[in-house]
Amino acid sequence: MTATPSRHPGLNLGHAHGDAHEASEEFVFGFWVFMMSDLILFGLLFATYVTMLGGTAGGPGPGELFELKSAFIETMLLLVSSFTFGMASLALKYRTDRKVLVAWLLVTLLLGLGFLAHELYDFHKMFTEGGVPSRSGFLSAFFALVPLHGLHVTGACIWLIALLGQIAVHGLDTPTKTGLMRLAILWHFLDVVWIGIFSLVYLGGIV
Amino acid sequence: MNHWAEWLLGRLDWSALPFWDAIVDPTTKNIVNAIIASGAGAMVILGGLIAIGVLTWTRRWRWLWSEWLTSPDHKKIGIMFIVIALVMLARAVIEAVFMRLQQAVGLGGGFLTAEHFGQLFTTHGTIMVFFMAMPFLTGIINYVMPLQIGTRDLSFPVMNSVSLGLTAAGAALVMVSLILAPFSTGGWSGYPSFTESAANPGAGVDYWIWAVTLSTLSSTLTGINFAVTIYKKRAPGMSWFRLPLFTWTALCTAILMIFGMPPLTVATALLALDRYLDFHFFTADLGGNMMNYVNLFWAFGHPEVYILILPAFGIFSEIFSTFSGKKLYGYGALVIATMAIAVLSFTVWLHHFFTMGQSAHINAIFGIATMLIGIPTGVKVYDWMLTMFRGRIRFAVPMIYAVGFIILFAIGGLTGIILAVPSVDYQIHNSLFLVAHFHNMLIPGLLFGMLGGTNFWFPKAFGFRLEERWGRRAALCWIVGFMLAFFPLYALGVLGMPRRSAAFFEPAYLPWTLAAAVGALIILLAMLLLLIQLWVSIRDRDTNRVPAGDPWDGRSLEWSVSAPPPEYNFPVIPEVHSRDAYMRQKENGRGAHPRPDEYTDIVMPANSAMGPIMAATGFLIAFGLTWYEWWLVAAAGIVSLIALVARGYVRQRTRTIPAQTVRREHEAWLERVSRIRPVSRREEQTPANQGLAMSPLEGAIQ
Repeated sequence: MTATPSRHPGLNLGHAHGDAHEASEEFVFGFWVFMMSDLILFGLLFATYVTMLGGTAGGPGPGELFELKSAFIETMLLLVSSFTFGMASLALKYRTDRKVLVAWLLVTLLLGLGFLAHELYDFHKMFTEGGVPSRSGFLSAFFALVPLHGLHVTGACIWLIALLGQIAVHGLDTPTKTGLMRLAILWHFLDVVWIGIFSLVYLGGIV
Repeated sequence: MNHWAEWLLGRLDWSALPFWDAIVDPTTKNIVNAIIASGAGAMVILGGLIAIGVLTWTRRWRWLWSEWLTSPDHKKIGIMFIVIALVMLARAVIEAVFMRLQQAVGLGGGFLTAEHFGQLFTTHGTIMVFFMAMPFLTGIINYVMPLQIGTRDLSFPVMNSVSLGLTAAGAALVMVSLILAPFSTGGWSGYPSFTESAANPGAGVDYWIWAVTLSTLSSTLTGINFAVTIYKKRAPGMSWFRLPLFTWTALCTAILMIFGMPPLTVATALLALDRYLDFHFFTADLGGNMMNYVNLFWAFGHPEVYILILPAFGIFSEIFSTFSGKKLYGYGALVIATMAIAVLSFTVWLHHFFTMGQSAHINAIFGIATMLIGIPTGVKVYDWMLTMFRGRIRFAVPMIYAVGFIILFAIGGLTGIILAVPSVDYQIHNSLFLVAHFHNMLIPGLLFGMLGGTNFWFPKAFGFRLEERWGRRAALCWIVGFMLAFFPLYALGVLGMPRRSAAFFEPAYLPWTLAAAVGALIILLAMLLLLIQLWVSIRDRDTNRVPAGDPWDGRSLEWSVSAPPPEYNFPVIPEVHSRDAYMRQKENGRGAHPRPDEYTDIVMPANSAMGPIMAATGFLIAFGLTWYEWWLVAAAGIVSLIALVARGYVRQRTRTIPAQTVRREHEAWLERVSRIRPVSRREEQTPANQGLAMSPLEGAIQ
């Protein structure tokens, strides 16, 4: 077997990419470490949410506020966006023309924005039903955990737009490539966190 | 008009001035407090004006900007971190002296108002942990660790500069709170519900929240940077068990920062949500639960204790071995003990609140876990003692700090074991016994380590040794002052005196509080002696130069380069063949400074304005949030976002130093070293020591 060892977890660029393959080592590893730290934030907010489930203080609880259909649509939007980002990563690794890559990235961006729009609509609906964070400890915990994820998705979308700009200005040079690799990790990470939110907050709340 | 002022200034008004109370309500006590508080504010303004004046007078603004503020050089960033730490140390020590004086005359009143006293212990604790200890240890690791592992910079040099900027912004915020008062009165741990807006609507707690948040973000980034550097940038041959012990402790500290800082970020963020957006995480009503805060805070707080102590353990390991002229005893055991402490530190947070309602079983488990930490720590103490055993010990200044540490730290550790017993803790918790205990760990453990490390590595960083006599006097004053200031607090705690008391009514406390005040004054003297030491050292720098770079007959790679080192650290990246790499090189006859066969171009990170930009925007966002100036928050937020995005478009991220330049500089240095007479350890403290150690083959005293 002559398989080259991976430099870091996930999709490596491969030797064909020369400099970028080498340079990605520290950047991508560093980003994985950052993700570990970020995961602690989410882990603690999950824990806080669970401990505050009982703190509805007579206000609306999960059963009254959550709508599974809506959450499911959001889940699908995000999961499909992870798939399309995966396609973008493959295009980055194997294709030389950047049209395919940019197309997949644009689809990913649209799905991400769609997710955000849908989530904001959901929050709006909860607000009109009296589900505001100032109502109870439970709602406070919900509105810290779920919007933090949304905020991350917003940040990831801004980063994606910035990277599309970098592709336009600088082409696919080493910094752009390592940037795309790191954003991919963040994007999939946010998917994993959302699966946690969907299972624990939405499914758990309705059951 | 009024509307505009409100829009512009938020809730900032005349009452923020430190002497406002005395104008509104001119009682004697208010006037005394106003004079003290205004004096402090005036010091900040005066200090700022002097700094600006000197920079303008000597035309150094451009130099400051391009050589320091925008520099990605880990050495310069390290030095700047330490400068912040020393400035903040001075302020926090003065605050401590005021607190001790207050309690010395506190029988039935004292001269400080309860509000002022509350601010003093809050800023003292906040500064000492977040703006003295953290920048100090971050600075020393920043400076030393890349040199020890044989690399030219950290993995992410610009992020390092951003870390510095965020810490500087937080420190500036705490300083500004002296001019536009007040700061929080909620203690360094900021427990709700006292810190909720229901009880504390003012700006004080918000100052605290944002200062601490800036510091935690900085430390998280620092932790990532250090860990990735140690994982990925070691010199060839520098395998894990060849790392100098200081680098091991730096790695464990970095890992603790990565996992230990986020809980505090969460705690302060949720408290901010409560205060700003009327959430109910920790409020007493509507389903809030303040125990969540306490758990989150100490899930940070206990790993933090070991973030503070582990780098000092590393420094002491280097000092004991170097100044005993022996290799470190029990290297493997020390590494395992360091790792064990790092892991165990996540399992004991509950001992910070034994009395807050858990069942006896849970308390017992955490009490046992707490005592377990004593085992690896004890292993370390024995290893250090055995390192000194039969060594030729030189009592240089770092060694005085180290010996002071080892004795005092053992005493502090024993009182920790006492506190770890939940049933005993019920008697003495929240008393001065606790205050005595953690100062007993942190002053000898952390501060002596940092001061010892500064004396140890100062000649490396600046090219001349620190003056010895004033250094010894300062070290002895620290040791004596510490004992006199804090041992009485053990007695006071057992006598039942609660911590954070502005006044008391029990005459039996008085002899002890008086003794402690004398101790605090001796510590103040120690601070002064440190300044004198620095002043005398700079004055006599020409007689104490050590250009060859190895004044103490050092063992690890940082001593193999010139003092101060070139910006690229190593003209050629060294190859490592054993533990104590440089000592081995000196012993095996290849010589202390072999001439490289060839030189190559060196690629170094280019300067970047990201650090200062993040410092400025971070400060403005925090300031705007504190005083409800939303336009400022939005504007600074947008600027920082634009800067972050724009940074991605920068392609000139490196600059190249040609091989010719490296050759010229290095050979000039080698030439200079060849004219220096090697000295034995007997002449270590004399001007004859120009940084070249006599090799063992020539009969060096080892």
